[in-house]
Amino acid sequence: MATIHVDGQAYRVDGDDNLLAACLSLGLDLPYFCWHPALGSVGACRQCAVKQYRDADDDQGSLVMACMTPAADGTRLSIDDAEARAFRRGVIEWLMLNHPHDCPVCEEGGHCHLQDMTVMTGHARRRYRFTKRTHRNQDLGPFLGHEMNRCITCYRCVRFYRDHAGGEDLGAFGAGDNIYFGRHRDGVLESPFAGNLSEVCPTGVFTDRPPDDHYTRKWDLQFAPSVCHQCAVGCNISPGERYGELRRVENRYHGEVNRFFLCDRGRYGYGYVNRDDRPRLPEWREAPGAATVTLEVDAALDRAGDRLRSARRVIGIGSPRASLESNHRLRELVGAEHFSLGVTAVEAACLATMARLQRECGLPSPSLREIEAHDAVLVLGEDPLQSAARLGLSLRQAVLGRREALAAERGIPAWNAEAVKTLAQDRRHPLFIAYPAATGLDAIAAGHWALAPDDIARLGAAVAHALDPAAPAVATLDPSLAAEARRIAAALLAAERPLVVSGDALGSTAVLEAAGNVARALARRARPGGLGLIRAETNSTGVAMLGGEPLEWALDEIEAGRADALVVLENDLHARLPGERLERALDALTTLVVLDHQRTAVWARAGIGLPAASFAEGDGTLVSLEGRAQRFFQVFEPRVLRPESRIRESWRWLHALQGTLQRRRVGDTRLDAETRDCARHHPALSAIVEAADHADHRVQGLRQARAPHRYSGRTALRAHLAVGEPRPPQDPDSPFAFSMEGYAGPGRPQRENAFAWAPGWNSPQAWNKFTDEVGGHLRGGDPGRRLLGPVPGGYAYARIVAEGFVRRDGEWQLVVLPRLFGGEETSRRAPMIAARAAAPALQLAAADAARLGLAEGDRLALVTPVGRLSLPLSCSAGLAPGLVGVPAGLVPGLATGQWGRLEPAGEGRRP
Amino acid sequence: MLMWLIKGTVSQLRTLYMIFLHGFRRRETVQYPEEAVYLPPRYRGRIVLTRDPDGEERCVACNLCAVACPVDCIALQKGEKDDGRWYPETFRINFSRCIYCGMCEEACPTSAIQLTPDFEMSEYRRQELVYEKADLLIDGPGKDHDYHFYKVAGLAIAGKGKGQASDERDPVDVRTLLP
Repeated sequence: MATIHVDGQAYRVDGDDNLLAACLSLGLDLPYFCWHPALGSVGACRQCAVKQYRDADDDQGSLVMACMTPAADGTRLSIDDAEARAFRRGVIEWLMLNHPHDCPVCEEGGHCHLQDMTVMTGHARRRYRFTKRTHRNQDLGPFLGHEMNRCITCYRCVRFYRDHAGGEDLGAFGAGDNIYFGRHRDGVLESPFAGNLSEVCPTGVFTDRPPDDHYTRKWDLQFAPSVCHQCAVGCNISPGERYGELRRVENRYHGEVNRFFLCDRGRYGYGYVNRDDRPRLPEWREAPGAATVTLEVDAALDRAGDRLRSARRVIGIGSPRASLESNHRLRELVGAEHFSLGVTAVEAACLATMARLQRECGLPSPSLREIEAHDAVLVLGEDPLQSAARLGLSLRQAVLGRREALAAERGIPAWNAEAVKTLAQDRRHPLFIAYPAATGLDAIAAGHWALAPDDIARLGAAVAHALDPAAPAVATLDPSLAAEARRIAAALLAAERPLVVSGDALGSTAVLEAAGNVARALARRARPGGLGLIRAETNSTGVAMLGGEPLEWALDEIEAGRADALVVLENDLHARLPGERLERALDALTTLVVLDHQRTAVWARAGIGLPAASFAEGDGTLVSLEGRAQRFFQVFEPRVLRPESRIRESWRWLHALQGTLQRRRVGDTRLDAETRDCARHHPALSAIVEAADHADHRVQGLRQARAPHRYSGRTALRAHLAVGEPRPPQDPDSPFAFSMEGYAGPGRPQRENAFAWAPGWNSPQAWNKFTDEVGGHLRGGDPGRRLLGPVPGGYAYARIVAEGFVRRDGEWQLVVLPRLFGGEETSRRAPMIAARAAAPALQLAAADAARLGLAEGDRLALVTPVGRLSLPLSCSAGLAPGLVGVPAGLVPGLATGQWGRLEPAGEGRRP
Repeated sequence: MLMWLIKGTVSQLRTLYMIFLHGFRRRETVQYPEEAVYLPPRYRGRIVLTRDPDGEERCVACNLCAVACPVDCIALQKGEKDDGRWYPETFRINFSRCIYCGMCEEACPTSAIQLTPDFEMSEYRRQELVYEKADLLIDGPGKDHDYHFYKVAGLAIAGKGKGQASDERDPVDVRTLLP
């Protein structure tokens, strides 16, 4: 801690910070552009000038850049000094010389850092009357627009894109007045974090491309605190709605999870909420194949109740993409012994293994922020950038953390970004990756091996044995691989905080057990490390804690005639199970009730379909992969602009259905009641009640506002339906109001904030006002509650039974490769993700393709018991020999470890 | 008491006389609607959306009018034309809420939204006071005859590339090595 004097007032601040960060942490307003809490200082924009004084007697002082000056003890400075103010006003006038007259037609307007800073410095009149510099723009793909004229040369984009996110296709070209930030030519930005440029850029050079050009200003959006549903990381988001459509997803700061950045799947994968073909009314089908009739709520419940009552046995299929409350309500409706988790047996086994490992391995499951503090990483059988991209970004920061460690040895402060980067050059913390294909993190890895899943398990087991001789050894391991295992073990042991990352991408419990053995060995060697286990879907961790049977069990029961009715909750069964067997089982049913917010193949078969709420229209609780229970809240009420819609949360439907089924009158239910009920039935989940504020939470007697106070058009936006204005919808489930009326802002710190706004700060930089220190934790507390943690006890090492992979002649082992864009059930229905997804291809090792005489792009057919899949060949994934890589999300029923034959598509020749 | 009676009577008679005289004065009442009312050019009445001197829509759907509106009676949706122009896909004003304060006109950066000297908007049904874009858009430039937003904005549209707006230099050639 240090004491600094700002304008005569003494403050206690963190002495390791720079003056700018210290002042902002104190809540003082000081304009800046190039500095960013996650990117450090470079002193490029000269905007944060303050007057610094030598001592109490110095009344002249000198101008310094606050971001490049350490907040040393006894520093005396003045923000309010007239000369400093004039300097800052002058700097922004220079920056604005070439800035175009674009604000009305700029997507950044209204949440623009440049606008905020211009107002803050008081520059209001343009004196420059000469010509402005202009630039040609580039087409950067479906996510981002490019308008280079607006650039103020702060260098934040390339510093984020190249240094932080590891992208290589965006750079600064030219110098002086010729400077240009873009790609070497038009094309899609390759980094999966490119979308963050829209928040990192302080002005409108990089802006979100809104869906169908339906752009809306930030002040006109209705937000809610939400949690991203597109993977299991549990990033906090602020989705914004206008006119009954989601228009934008903004990052919502969470001090332990996503902090400043999201991945592009999370930011742009919401489009499925806006699909026109979504079911909005209950649907009834007399017989399979008959035309559908839409029903009112009561009629639908009565018919569903009648049908389920007459059934001999009802099985409920839950879903890892539905909330805990919905899954729990279904489990209560059908009974625990008739409940399926909604995942395949392979996945269920992996989920159970991961839950056990997190209890028994002795290493905690780190949050993303904690991941960044580890100094050696071993990744077994996962490609984090594809299956949990935001976690991959944190792994990158962990590996680059060596920079700060090296700088600290020489007394260079960590915020001095360019000096730290120059000093470290290519020195990084060790990262080891074993995966069947190349991964996006290979470039910064100290070692990466393309291995078949079984070999990955063996490598992991060998590492564990090398760490702790008590761990089971691996017989007949290739000597070179054994040497690598010893190298990994040595690096992990040398580290202060080693991290092991694995997951269910390969569907292999052997790989997971191997990762568990490594973690256990590290725990026994008393390393304060971490074990991160990646799940595939948003609530995979949560449903696994509820407990239930896998999907195949449900099919067995139906096929054996032990069940004749099925209730499917937000689950596209056709994307998980081989079609033929599923269709056979569905044919055998007398009743099929489906709740979903998407028109899936199983919805098309439903006798009764009940329109469920997506994350934008409903509330619920999810458990992220680190075991953090987090609540997401309803963003908008669809009935405001579509009065005919009957969309309800699944738990609300199921609660009503339960009442109908038992022929008793039930009142409406509330989210808090459902959450409490779920917590009561599942002791492991008892903390979910505390995961967020309850519906009766008030701030000075007020609800919290969902919309910014400048929200416009509320007496006109539904006036075309009826000019009389109905009361805004009431929300019994959350402490938020569907209105701008209510509390918003940083003055009274809240845990859940619908959007970031502070007086004078309209851009996402306003989050700095909500945190205890810039880049720290939310002052109201970080949302969510941790549920998982190591349980003390003596646990034995797992015996890894995996045999080494032996390639077969004429047969290829399948590896299903997760895909960030297009590999997930709901986001691939979003138009922007579909536009970004790479064309699917069958992957082979280059040597294998050459041996078969095949060239890139040749059409190949993969023949498996599940069916025939014909795709072009690609060798770009860097696959291990003997394997064939299939993109995830294309053919249900294909799983890693199966074997298949390859044929040239169209011809009968066998390669 | 007597004086009071006299004073009162005189006052009454004087009043009657003066009222009688008024019957011969010039009439102030305008026989509306038979006679038209004079409205000053800056009178704030019915709101219109104008076009630029080239006949293109001026409104770029920036939403500043909507946010400036104290009764929140303006709602619009931005769209984008093939030529790159921003335009309002829908533009709705609920005149049953409008207080004709003129804040929208003040906020408008393109002179698109203007108040006109017209107050003849009465309807029997309130719903008919909801004006859509077709009801608002007029064919002329309104009070501002010359302003053309896209000629000063940096955004490129069809027919006006980068560097062709007023006070703009030709686009930077990124590949040149000259200083």
